[in-house]
Amino acid sequence: MAEGPAGAHAAAAGTGDAPYAVELRGITKRFPGVVANRDIELRVRRGEVHAIVGENGAGKSTLMKTLYGMHRPDEGTILLDGRETTLRSPADAIAAGIGMVHQHFMLADYFTVLENVVLGSEPTKGGRLDRAEARRRIRDISERYALDLDPDVLVEDLGVGDRQRVEIAKVLYRGATTLILDEPTAVLVPQEVDELFGNLAELKREGLTVIFISHKLDEVRKVADSITVIRRGTTVGSADPRTTTARQLAEMMVGSELPSPQTRTSTVRETPVLELRGVTVASLTGRPVVDGATLTVREGEVVGIAGVEGNGQAELVDAIMGLRPLAAGTVVLGDEDISAWSTRTRREAGIGFIPEDRHRQGMLLEAPLWENRILGHQTRPPAVKGAFIDRSGARADTERIMREYDVRAPGVDTLAVALSGGNQQKLIVGREMSSAPRLLIAAHPTRGVDVGAQSAIWELLKDARAEGMGILLISADLDELIGLSDTLQVMLRGRLVATLDPASLTPEELGGHMTGAHDGAGSAA
Amino acid sequence: MTALRRLGSALLAPAIAVVFAVVITALVILLIGENPSTALQVLVDFGDTPAQQTQAIVVILNRAVPLFLAGLAVSVAFRMGLFNIGVEGQYRMATVLAAGAGAAVALPAPLHILLVIVVAMAVGALWASIVAILKVTRGVSEVISSIMLNFIALGTASWLLTGPLRGSEEGAAIITTEDLPESGQFPGLNGLFDVVGLAQPRGELYGFLLVAIVAGIAISVLLKRTRFGFDLRATGLSPSAATASGIDARGMVLKTMLISGAIAGLIGLPDLMGRTHHFGTEFTAGLGFLGIAVALLGRNSPIGIAFAALLFAFLDRAAVPLQFADIPASVVTIIQGTIVLAVVIANEIARQLTRRRAERDTGQGGPPAAENPPGGPAGTAGSRIDEHQGTGA
Repeated sequence: MAEGPAGAHAAAAGTGDAPYAVELRGITKRFPGVVANRDIELRVRRGEVHAIVGENGAGKSTLMKTLYGMHRPDEGTILLDGRETTLRSPADAIAAGIGMVHQHFMLADYFTVLENVVLGSEPTKGGRLDRAEARRRIRDISERYALDLDPDVLVEDLGVGDRQRVEIAKVLYRGATTLILDEPTAVLVPQEVDELFGNLAELKREGLTVIFISHKLDEVRKVADSITVIRRGTTVGSADPRTTTARQLAEMMVGSELPSPQTRTSTVRETPVLELRGVTVASLTGRPVVDGATLTVREGEVVGIAGVEGNGQAELVDAIMGLRPLAAGTVVLGDEDISAWSTRTRREAGIGFIPEDRHRQGMLLEAPLWENRILGHQTRPPAVKGAFIDRSGARADTERIMREYDVRAPGVDTLAVALSGGNQQKLIVGREMSSAPRLLIAAHPTRGVDVGAQSAIWELLKDARAEGMGILLISADLDELIGLSDTLQVMLRGRLVATLDPASLTPEELGGHMTGAHDGAGSAA
Repeated sequence: MTALRRLGSALLAPAIAVVFAVVITALVILLIGENPSTALQVLVDFGDTPAQQTQAIVVILNRAVPLFLAGLAVSVAFRMGLFNIGVEGQYRMATVLAAGAGAAVALPAPLHILLVIVVAMAVGALWASIVAILKVTRGVSEVISSIMLNFIALGTASWLLTGPLRGSEEGAAIITTEDLPESGQFPGLNGLFDVVGLAQPRGELYGFLLVAIVAGIAISVLLKRTRFGFDLRATGLSPSAATASGIDARGMVLKTMLISGAIAGLIGLPDLMGRTHHFGTEFTAGLGFLGIAVALLGRNSPIGIAFAALLFAFLDRAAVPLQFADIPASVVTIIQGTIVLAVVIANEIARQLTRRRAERDTGQGGPPAAENPPGGPAGTAGSRIDEHQGTGA
């Protein structure tokens, strides 16, 4: 590890005939009952940004885990710089110069950048952390790759983009010459994505290799030098981003036409289902996290809430669901003021809820599917009869949901934890739809689900809208917001700062509003 | 998953734990220079005559009844993620007050028995409700408050015994409450032995066994078949998901503690109404703590707790005979302690095995590294960052 990135430059300086930085030949990884990866062929040249694209569940993560030493393939060989290598653990991978930047950051909030970067491989002097040496090396890395990091800032005070650069610095600090970035843009707004791409160019210029995992095709075409497409566990081909269109890529990826979130004609009716009047939610410290939110959702209307995460959307959802007390304002459902109602009464009155974090709020992971069908519907048939659980009713209705919503699972007794994210989400959507709510609160309804499930969920939302359901859609996927919404509200620092017409809006413009660049209220993040 | 496999995985952990405990205990007995096989013989030797053998069964069952009730009380709270360590205090308070109330009134037999039971359950529930109220209004951890309330309960019970409810002679070595009149005593079940053709034992089989069975069935139905039970279990599995589904978490804490405390109130009654007829300084202690062990071993299911209570009672019976064989009676405590320790570990292993198998069966289960970063459930890392983004943006 001590050789550091310097060693990479020599290799990068070689000609095009130099061995591949990473080469995978015929990698197959089986789990009992499933083949997660089959005959994977991957060739990544040194000093390039190589994108791996595929739907969620296509096998990208399994492949990356193989490459990062988290498990060993059943067949096939891994060659690093032309040498056959066996990776038994992530430690082996790190020693071989492979670093992983995870999608979910693994940083300690109350540590400084320096402490986070060195954590686990601290330079020591006389048994104590050698801060001077660590600081020097981090400054060095920061300068060389234009990461713009101050070693002594608390991670707590950093934005998402900065945090990601800390993660990258962590990997570089350990001497990585090949970086794997797992869905790095998932948490970024468009402006931050551009900054990240700048950093990647910098890494490339210094001779490092970047493996970039994504399913966002426009980004991939913008940043990658070459692309490998994975579908159903195997590599279906590679593509040159300069000559391949997004549409061609998409078809390689899904093997059929790409779904679109675009809604058809407007179905908005006059009757409001939800009215928020000056809804204010206070944080523990008394600071308003939702500040005077006023909006109306009508029957057959999808109102989208756009905003960088953490600007009060989650609290707004909690306030509507009755999970958080209001500091001021009223919530009106139909023509009833429900501000003082309990969550259960609100649900019974016809609010469906697709929570942002399905593991935390949407399911009982260690309970079977049919019990998850009851969750949130404990007072309504077919799940219950009087004070008793209606087992056969709940089971039959779970089977119906699994059939109608294409939830793939062995049976209603399967534990929810055993399902993939997409199938869990389809079960939740099916469950919430089954009580025919007047209003649906959909927080990130397609987060972390594969393209197939995503288009299915979009279709369901569109159908529900056409039938007159009012939908409040909170999402970080700008295409989803623009495509599905009839009206868009932008949320910034707890306030609804702009009302936009999605029909004439580009994701870039929306991104500008989200960071406050368009309303002149303050500088962007 | 077939029923057989499910049963297998349910039995796996306790079985491993018991075997492990037996091995450890054998080692301990060897270490103190005695013969483990002698100890084993004593454990399974119920006596020579039929009367002795039925007597051994009566001793085991009579001990198992309060253990079962204690395990049940603990498990109800545990099912929703509450650690009711206060069962000990709850049953002491309940028993002393029920003994006092029962001795103070004269009623026809069924009513008298009912009164004692109702008083005990009410006192247990009330005492447990203090824990619940502290938790929902002030956020006091139920572990801390229930442990502290145990001390207060023991002290208060002693004061009640030596003061207002004292029934024994001034200066007697053993202080007791006044005896329950005959109408307040629970009739025994020894008629049963004649029916099945077994020899009559010396002692009396507690009639309270029936109450315990009814309580077990009632709790089982409550947990598995009712809406309330669903809410309770859902809260135990995921408090955040339960709240989002409309369950009132505070209300559930209060109701669950009331039920747990009411069952805890019953624990002392088999001995009180079936044998001693009074509460006193010599009254059976420690049942509340053993209840925690029994609930753990029984994996919080009423059937499991019944078996766990029988096992503990079976071990307890050997305490005296072991001493006749020159083996310290504390061997029993060692076995029990090791079982509990082992069962905690084995439960966790079995849980992971079941979960892993479930994931394998579907071949889905998502990429654990990406969706479940170590150190917390999925999303915590992300949402932490997101929260800060608000100030950073």
